[in-house]
Amino acid sequence: MTGMLPLLILSTSLVPAVVIFFLPEAATRVRAAVNLIGALAKLPLVGLILDGVAAGEQYELRYTLVPGLDFLLRIDALSLLFLSLSAFLWLLTTLYALAYLRDGANQSRFFGFFSLCVAATTGIAMSGSLITFFLFYELLTLSTWPLVAHRGDARSIASGSHYLAYTLAGSTALLLGIVWLEGQVGPVEFAAQTGIAGADPNTLRWIFLLMVGGLGVKAALFPLHSWLPAAMVAPAPVSALLHAVAVVKAGAFGIVRVVYDVFGIGLVTDLGLGVPLAAVASFTIIYGSLRALNQSDIKRRLAYSTVSQVSYIILGTGLAGPTAMIGGLVHLIHQGLMKVTLFFCAGALAETLHIYRIQEVDGCGRRMPVTMLAFSICAVGMIGLPPVAGFVSKWYLGTGAIEAGQIWVLFVLAGSSVLNALYFLPILYRTWFRPATGTWREPLTPLPAAKVWGLVSPAVATAVASLASGLLAAAQPFSPLGWATLIVTRDYGP
Amino acid sequence: MSVDSLFTQPGLYGVTGALAIGIGVYGLIVRPHLVRKIIAVNMVGSGVFLLFGAVADRAAPGPGGDPVPHAMIITGIVVALSATALAATLTLRLSRETGRTALPPEPEDPAVQDKES
Amino acid sequence: MPGVVWGPDVGSGLLALAVVLPVAGALLILPLGRHAERVPHLLFMAGLVLATAIAYHVWIGGVLTAAIGGWPAPLGIVLRADGLSAVMLLTTALVLVPVGIFAAGEFQPRTADGRESRAGLLFWPLMMGVWAGLNGTFLSNDLFNIYVALELLTLAAVPLVTLEGKAGTLAAALRYLLFALLGSLLYMLGAALLYGTHGTLDLTLLADRVRDDASALIAAALMTAGLLAKTAMFPLHLWLPPAHGGAPAAASAILSALVVKASFYLVVRLWFDLFPSLLDDTGATVLGLFGAAAILSGSVLALRQARLKLLVAYSTLAQLGYLFLMFPLAGGGTEAQPWTAGAWSGGIFHAVSHAFAKASLFLGAGILVQGIGHDRIADLRGAARSLPMVIAAFGLSGLSLMGLPPSGGFIAKWLLLTTAMASGRWGWAVVMFAGGLLAATYVFRVLNRAMATPEQPLRLVQPVHQSRQLAVLFLALVSVLLGLVPAIPFELLQIGGGLSTVEGFR
Repeated sequence: MTGMLPLLILSTSLVPAVVIFFLPEAATRVRAAVNLIGALAKLPLVGLILDGVAAGEQYELRYTLVPGLDFLLRIDALSLLFLSLSAFLWLLTTLYALAYLRDGANQSRFFGFFSLCVAATTGIAMSGSLITFFLFYELLTLSTWPLVAHRGDARSIASGSHYLAYTLAGSTALLLGIVWLEGQVGPVEFAAQTGIAGADPNTLRWIFLLMVGGLGVKAALFPLHSWLPAAMVAPAPVSALLHAVAVVKAGAFGIVRVVYDVFGIGLVTDLGLGVPLAAVASFTIIYGSLRALNQSDIKRRLAYSTVSQVSYIILGTGLAGPTAMIGGLVHLIHQGLMKVTLFFCAGALAETLHIYRIQEVDGCGRRMPVTMLAFSICAVGMIGLPPVAGFVSKWYLGTGAIEAGQIWVLFVLAGSSVLNALYFLPILYRTWFRPATGTWREPLTPLPAAKVWGLVSPAVATAVASLASGLLAAAQPFSPLGWATLIVTRDYGP
Repeated sequence: MSVDSLFTQPGLYGVTGALAIGIGVYGLIVRPHLVRKIIAVNMVGSGVFLLFGAVADRAAPGPGGDPVPHAMIITGIVVALSATALAATLTLRLSRETGRTALPPEPEDPAVQDKES
Repeated sequence: MPGVVWGPDVGSGLLALAVVLPVAGALLILPLGRHAERVPHLLFMAGLVLATAIAYHVWIGGVLTAAIGGWPAPLGIVLRADGLSAVMLLTTALVLVPVGIFAAGEFQPRTADGRESRAGLLFWPLMMGVWAGLNGTFLSNDLFNIYVALELLTLAAVPLVTLEGKAGTLAAALRYLLFALLGSLLYMLGAALLYGTHGTLDLTLLADRVRDDASALIAAALMTAGLLAKTAMFPLHLWLPPAHGGAPAAASAILSALVVKASFYLVVRLWFDLFPSLLDDTGATVLGLFGAAAILSGSVLALRQARLKLLVAYSTLAQLGYLFLMFPLAGGGTEAQPWTAGAWSGGIFHAVSHAFAKASLFLGAGILVQGIGHDRIADLRGAARSLPMVIAAFGLSGLSLMGLPPSGGFIAKWLLLTTAMASGRWGWAVVMFAGGLLAATYVFRVLNRAMATPEQPLRLVQPVHQSRQLAVLFLALVSVLLGLVPAIPFELLQIGGGLSTVEGFR
């Protein structure tokens, strides 16, 4: 059973994906049902495994492809951090996408690849070895592409190519790093290798650079980030998937794995790689925020905000002290919850009132109060104000920086908070305090109630979740903070 | 190997075979006309068969000798005959359809290919 | 121990039958003419069963040999099947069945108004000829027998190119024929030299007698040069794209997937089974450099093509290049890392998965020509909407070309890469990575077009039968499946491989 459970979890996304590909375009209800059954079935399974891992159980599934190449699923506490995030958000994003794309074309293709993306993410979370990680990472790259290019117009196709050019080059670097490393020390499983420290330090540094560089493309590390703002032409559910559920998270999660489980914190510190990584992340944080400032398109602004926010995770990883690690890990969840809310709301604005630019939101707080309330909560959280989740991450990162003796990080965090405020508060001000100036267009026929519900309720759910993980952060061990603390104290403790 | 050995029967076969192969390969590469190319291939073929015969004699000298190469040469000749027939047919068809008796220049530039097809 | 399963006679009978079946098929179809509609399919299915039986036999009982007529070597002709032969036989059969189903829509011996059609009549016997040649090559254990099989292959494959009778294909077919004939003759010359020195043509006997001397080297070089011309290996490759790109889709699929692999298979047999001690660094590096040049030049040329079928044909040139990287890499990593499974298996894996992927790609291009009337890449907008199964198959086969998981191509690339990196041979790894990125560029160039929304909805000029689309998808899925369950073919490959598969044999 301990081997079957990971496989079952994987199949809750994989099976719907395959089934949906073969459904006829008109089978809207069946498609929705298959999708939702998969998403709903996944949650209790993840819950079951969460409980098991908290109690110290092992879940492992090994299958030899060819000698030297094992497919290995192994669930540890870190896996579950990512796994539960993606499982929870998958359900909500699916609900949202069903409403968003109600009358769109090519739905079987869209939802098939959507589920495939989630399956890949699930696999990434559960991978127990570098090469298994790479298999799913590549599956994610490829299954995201049709979603980015979904609309099929010239801009979507171009941004799809942009995405591929970056991510495929990134995967090539990653694969080169993996093959090089395994050429030195044999197959690398997470948290199990011993021989790696014996290899030549300079070789190890190059390998680290290749791996983190390759993963940094998806994590949108500067200067590898430009595909992410370009990809915002995709439909809003895809943006949610890119920014919160799957893609950038997979990159960040990969970097965490490489630092913690491939090299190990001790070796990363010995090789002098932690602080440079933190510095690149810090630069990306400030750079992303600065670029976000002068975007007038809402989704573009949010995209640059992601560039900045995801690097918090990498910053925490690079600093390598236990508190900073907790801060980085917990931000994996917090950023996901908050950013997915923001994109849900941006999509709802576009669908309902055709609002795309920041100048157009004037007074829409009274027209769409629930949506904009959700948006506001998470914008405040992004800035890092209590009691929303973002505050918890920043607090731990800051304390961790002091603990690690890297005081400059405090300035980065403070600067970033100021910049976040500068690009989020004007939106909130316009929304709530400016009168409506007729910059939006009311739909000719009112949107069907089911569509409105489908667009708004997921945003409310994630906003509540962001608020709750801030307010209830102390609830051990199943709050995001509690779980991150468990990971660090149990698996990576000194 | 002394010069004398060239003038034994198998030696002569060998030298002639080698010459035929050389001439054939030269013709195949240099001559554009398809009939010449086909003849050139046959020259190479005959050269190989001659050489094979000479080699066979060296392995088992004497009249009769080793029968295995003989059987193979005969098979080879039959194969060469069918190949020649096929090549000749294709050449005839080509000249009837296009009036050309030579192959178009090497398809190095794919753009050329696109125009043709 | 051979013959554990059904007794030695049955085992040998299977091998003989694998050669006899297609020849008998050709002889049967010719006189039956337009009454032979279902015969080829039955034969292909029988061939699949037969190949499976042989593979099973080899799997259980090890290497299988059959002395035809009870005459042992060197007098008689010996057929021999080891793991490699079994894998190639099985690949051939598995490709032929869907290609046959696909071709049924195009090559009917009887046209709609009841008359006999020339192309429809000729196609099937020629396919049988190709099949006989392939099986003969994979099973023969005798240099001359192999020569006969190779010639049969050429003489059946060349007319397939011209089946549609277009002027452009005549020139392509002639060029193909001339290259192939010269290749056969060079091969025969090498065989003659070997016979002169060692007095036998039987591979097993020769392997014991061949020594590391000049005559063996000359013979090996001549045979290799001949086989390279037949494999369309750089620098003797330029005949391939017009021939494969101009042939009817079903024929292109067979030519690119299987026919060029037969001569590649022989190069492998020669260097790993017959002359393992001759494969020194220089020779292996030269072969590897040819491969590297093929990968890079083929990919770049594929990128520049305006027509899909030519793109796919040039991609074959590039993909064949990977096969030749196994020569410098084979066994190389094993001194450094005993866990590397070896480049030899990687190369063969690549040949097999490329066979399925490429067959699917050519058939898919054929469906596009039928469905939307052309295969100009620039005008493929909307194809993903109109023919989703074909474009999906294109994407899945593309995985193998790019060497991305999950696909047989990835497993192959992984095996080659780990060996290269473990032995510190960076250059080959870099070539493979570059080839993968170039392949991604040309695969996505097509997919981008197909995914784009057209200004006007794309209308099919001719409906495409479901069974033909399923045949394309089936082949693509097999190439993916090879990446998901590679363990079985991998282990089958190792059976009876002798020196070549033993780790670190050099």
